[in-house]
Amino acid sequence: MTERRRGGERLMVPKAEFSSYYGKPVLKPPVWEERDIAGYLFTGGIAAGTALLAAGAEITDRPSLRRSMRLSSLAALAVSGAALVHDLGRPERFANMLRVFKPTSPMSVGSWLLSAFALPAGIGVMDEVPVLVPRPLRRVVRRLSRPAAMSAALLGSGVATYTAVLLCDTSAPSWHAAYPELPFVFAGSALSGSAGLALMLAPTNEAGSARALAVFGAVLEVSASQRMEHRLGFVGEPYREHASGRKLKAAKALTVAGVAVTAVLARRSRAGAVLAGAALFGASALTRFGVFEAGVISTKNPAYTVGPQRERLRNGQR
Amino acid sequence: MSRMGFFTDTSICIGCKACEVACKEWNSVPDDGFDLLGMSFDNTGMLSANSWRHVAFIEQSKPVAQPDAHVRWLMSSDVCKHCTHAGCLDVCPTGSLFRTEFGTVVVQEDICNGCGYCVPACPYGVIDRREDDGRVWKCTLCYDRIGDGLEPACAKACPTDSIQFGDLDELRERAQGRVDELVNAGVVDARLYGESPDDGVGGAGAFFLLLDDPEVYGLPPDPVVPTRDLPSMWRHAAAAAGVFLGLGVAAFAGRRSR
Repeated sequence: MTERRRGGERLMVPKAEFSSYYGKPVLKPPVWEERDIAGYLFTGGIAAGTALLAAGAEITDRPSLRRSMRLSSLAALAVSGAALVHDLGRPERFANMLRVFKPTSPMSVGSWLLSAFALPAGIGVMDEVPVLVPRPLRRVVRRLSRPAAMSAALLGSGVATYTAVLLCDTSAPSWHAAYPELPFVFAGSALSGSAGLALMLAPTNEAGSARALAVFGAVLEVSASQRMEHRLGFVGEPYREHASGRKLKAAKALTVAGVAVTAVLARRSRAGAVLAGAALFGASALTRFGVFEAGVISTKNPAYTVGPQRERLRNGQR
Repeated sequence: MSRMGFFTDTSICIGCKACEVACKEWNSVPDDGFDLLGMSFDNTGMLSANSWRHVAFIEQSKPVAQPDAHVRWLMSSDVCKHCTHAGCLDVCPTGSLFRTEFGTVVVQEDICNGCGYCVPACPYGVIDRREDDGRVWKCTLCYDRIGDGLEPACAKACPTDSIQFGDLDELRERAQGRVDELVNAGVVDARLYGESPDDGVGGAGAFFLLLDDPEVYGLPPDPVVPTRDLPSMWRHAAAAAGVFLGLGVAAFAGRRSR
C-alpha cells in the first residue's frame, strides 16, 4: 500500500491508498457538543429503559421499583430535553422542531417521539406523587396509570433505538456504515444501563427482573457491538482505536464486570447490587460517548471517506 | 421552471478568486479569518459557513505539454452541489432547508434553529454552522439574483467563464462537448464530476470538469446521500425496538412474585 503525495504536504494518514487535498477532511465534523449530544444518547436511553422497567413493575406489582423507575424516567427525560435545547445554535427556536413532521429526518421523528413520550412519563410521575395533582384529578390519573405505563414503554422502545438512526443517517463514515448493528447496541445499552439504575435504587426483593434485564441488555449490547466492530473493517477502526476505542473497551469491561457482580452478589447484598448497578450505568454512558467520538473522528480523517468510496468504485459497486 | 445549475470548467480556471470575492460582496458573507494556510495560493481552506465559493490550488510534479514545464497547477472553484437527493434537506427537522422553483437547495434563515444535523449529513462537507450566529449557511445559488433573471454573482464575476450558470440540461450537454474536445486534444485526464443523474446523489445541480481524481481536489470520489439507506435503517431500528420490548417481557414474565 502506498500513499501518493499531493501539494507537497505529508499526510499523517497512512494505511489506505488514497489522495487528498493537503490531507484536509472531505467532510465537516458534527457541530454537536459531545457533552450535550453523547450525554443525550445516554440519558434518552435511560429514560426509555426505566420506562420499560416501570411498566414491568406496574404489571408485576412492585411498587418501590415502579416508583423509582418512573421518577428516574422523567428526570432523565428532563435532562435530555435540556441537553438538546442547549445544543441548538438558536435555543430560543427549539419549538421549530415541531413545525413539521418529516420521516426523512430522524431528528424530526425523534422530536415528535420524545414529545409524545413526555405525556405518559409525566402521568406516571403524577401517579407516584399525588400532591402534584389537583385533588379532583387524582382519580383520573390513577385510572390512567397502567395505560400510561404501557404507552411509555412502547414509545420508549422508539426513544431507545431511533438515536442510532439519528447518527447513522449522516455521512460520517463510521456512523453510517454501522446502521445494521447500532440500533441493537443502543437498545442493549439502554436496557443494561437502566437495569443498573434499578439495581441501585430498588430494594433487592423487588429487583429480580431488573437483574435479569441487566444480563439480557448486556448480552445484546456486547454481542451487537462485537459484530459491528468486526464487520466494519477499516471504517470500524475508530470503534477499536483512538480515545473512542478505549472508551468502548472500558465500557465492555465494565459491562462484563457488572454482569458478574449482578450474578454473584446483587441478589444477596444491597452493596453488591449498588456496585453492579453503578458499573452497568457507567458502562452505558461510556458506550454512548465512545460511539459518538468514533463518528466524529471518522469525519476528520479523509482516509475514512475516500478509502471506502474508492474501493467501491474499484469493485464496481454502488 | 427548468432546473438551474452551475457547470464549473476547472480546465480554464486561472485561480483569480473573483468568484470568492463576488460571492462575499453580494451575499454579505463575513470573513473567515485572514490566515496564510501554506497550501499553495489557497488561503480559504475549504467551503464553510463563511466561504460559499472556495478556489483550490494543487501543484503537481507532472510533465505537461510545454517542453520545459515539470509542474502542473490545478485550480478549481468549489461550491455547494445543490444535489438532486440532498442529504442536508432530507435531514433538516424544521423545514428550514427547502428546494426552490429552480431545483436549488436553500436555507431559510428565519426558520433554522441551528440543530446542526445538516452539517454531518452533507456528503461533500459543504454546509456549516456560523459560530457567532448559531445558524447554518451555504451557497444559495444567488436565489435573489436568479429570481430576477440575473446570473449568480460568482458566475458573473468569473473572467474566463470557468463558472457557467444556466439550464442544467443544457449545461450537461455543453460540458460533455467540452470533455470530448479536451480528450481529443490530448488532455486524457479530463472528466466530468457530478453530472450523472445515476450517481449517489442523483446528480449534482453544480457539477465540474476536473483534470484529476476528485479526491485530489478534496471532493469525495463516490458520494452517496445518507438517506438512501434510511428505509433500511428504520427497519433495523424497528427490529431493535422489538427486541427491547421482548427482553422486557422476558425479564418480567413469570416473576409476578418479586
